[in-house]
Amino acid sequence: MNTLKNLQLDATGNLRHFLTIEGLKRQTLVDILDLAESFANIKAQAVKKVPLLRGKTVVNLFFENSTRTRTTFELAAKRLSADVLNINITTSAASKGESLLDMLHNLEAMHCDMFVVRHADSGAAHFIAQNVAPHISVINAGDGQHAHPTQAMLDTFTIRRHKGDFGDLRVAIVGDILHSRVARSQIHALNTLGVGEVRVIGPKTLLPMDHRSLGVHVFHDMESGLAGVDVVIMLRLQRERMEGGLLPSEHEFFQRYGLTGDKLKLAKPDAIVMHPGPINRGVEISSEVADGPQSVILEQVSNGIAVRMAVMAMALGRQPGAETGRET
Amino acid sequence: MTTPLQHDLDRVLAGMAARLRATLEERGITAPLMIGIHTGGVWVARCLHQLLGIEEPLGTLDISFYRDDFERIGVHPQVKPSNLPFEVEDRHIILVDDVLQTGRTIRAALNEIFDYGRPASVLLGILVERSGRELPICADVAGLSMDLSPSEQVKLTGPDKLTLSLKRVK
Repeated sequence: MNTLKNLQLDATGNLRHFLTIEGLKRQTLVDILDLAESFANIKAQAVKKVPLLRGKTVVNLFFENSTRTRTTFELAAKRLSADVLNINITTSAASKGESLLDMLHNLEAMHCDMFVVRHADSGAAHFIAQNVAPHISVINAGDGQHAHPTQAMLDTFTIRRHKGDFGDLRVAIVGDILHSRVARSQIHALNTLGVGEVRVIGPKTLLPMDHRSLGVHVFHDMESGLAGVDVVIMLRLQRERMEGGLLPSEHEFFQRYGLTGDKLKLAKPDAIVMHPGPINRGVEISSEVADGPQSVILEQVSNGIAVRMAVMAMALGRQPGAETGRET
Repeated sequence: MTTPLQHDLDRVLAGMAARLRATLEERGITAPLMIGIHTGGVWVARCLHQLLGIEEPLGTLDISFYRDDFERIGVHPQVKPSNLPFEVEDRHIILVDDVLQTGRTIRAALNEIFDYGRPASVLLGILVERSGRELPICADVAGLSMDLSPSEQVKLTGPDKLTLSLKRVK
């Protein structure tokens, strides 16, 4: 973990890669949220762009499909005036037998500045960050069951916008925690930012064994788990889990862990409902709740652009020396 | 080493307001908008906005995302949001900052304003115009002019009582 932590930061402690929330200080996360807040205002401009990354090239390296994550990364890079290259690996040279490192070196030779990596294997972004040329920044856009740090930051950004201080909050994450990189990153981010209580709710087969070391309280039923919470985060139930025999049926899962209007009444009256998407209506969440007044699911999507702009700007605008005063 | 400067800034600001009024009249501008640049420029603009009796609210600009030294110094997380509570399209704008030195901040501010729309004109009001220009930018109205060496920095403190000081940097 130590090398992973050092890999993300340069010698002066600034963000160089963004691979995982683990090992980052609270101040770094707060800086990302603050900067994202400023970027969120750009939508007021007629020209929804700032020239920060003009002349930089960002490569979306997606080894695994994800329309929402890829498009918000693409929009974020474009609103920073960077050029964007989208590479869908399933249809590229990888299928012709070119090795991953060969492909990376080719992209380096084309003078790219940032790789945004999505991969089905845990540790893929980390591996790439270890093997790229020194001027290249790597952003993890989701690796296997390990981490999805920008998702966690957009979620905490959304929570902060609605709830302000993190200290007094109770946040419940519901569903398949065990296989979810989103949940893992959310738990790290929420704990680093000092959230009062993080709860996870789900069947025993879908909860991690090491929940104590993760710093969460475990619940196996919605009735006690949702009582008095300020934020409910629903996770997508991956249908392939059903085939692995970890779950009896979609119907039964919805009965016990699906978020309906009635179950939401157990939370605080002003609780917000979140979901990283894509949602399975009628499996983990009812349409009544997903489209209801407490849902901030679409806001999460908009916030994802501002948060990804912040992470990209911080990683590419690193400073070799100390900050100078503002020029006048 | 920091030395306070003894200028009567109320008088300086009153003089700036009078000259801005004269310039507006000369150009036949009746309803200008005012935009101050964070942080010191907003303090100066607040005073001028009041002295000129501008009805529309004051706009504020943080030019961090438009700076030309991003590669060198990165972006500071505490960027104050820009807030232009009006349409700039076809309007006459008075842009205000505290100190004009290299001209790079004004270049960045103009770029940012143009991303909101195409103003009819922009006037530049500056509290302290000093030596050190690196771009072809000059103030339309300046409160004070100072001939300073590159190692000297003039700094405005506020916002309650505006005062100027001179700092020597090595």
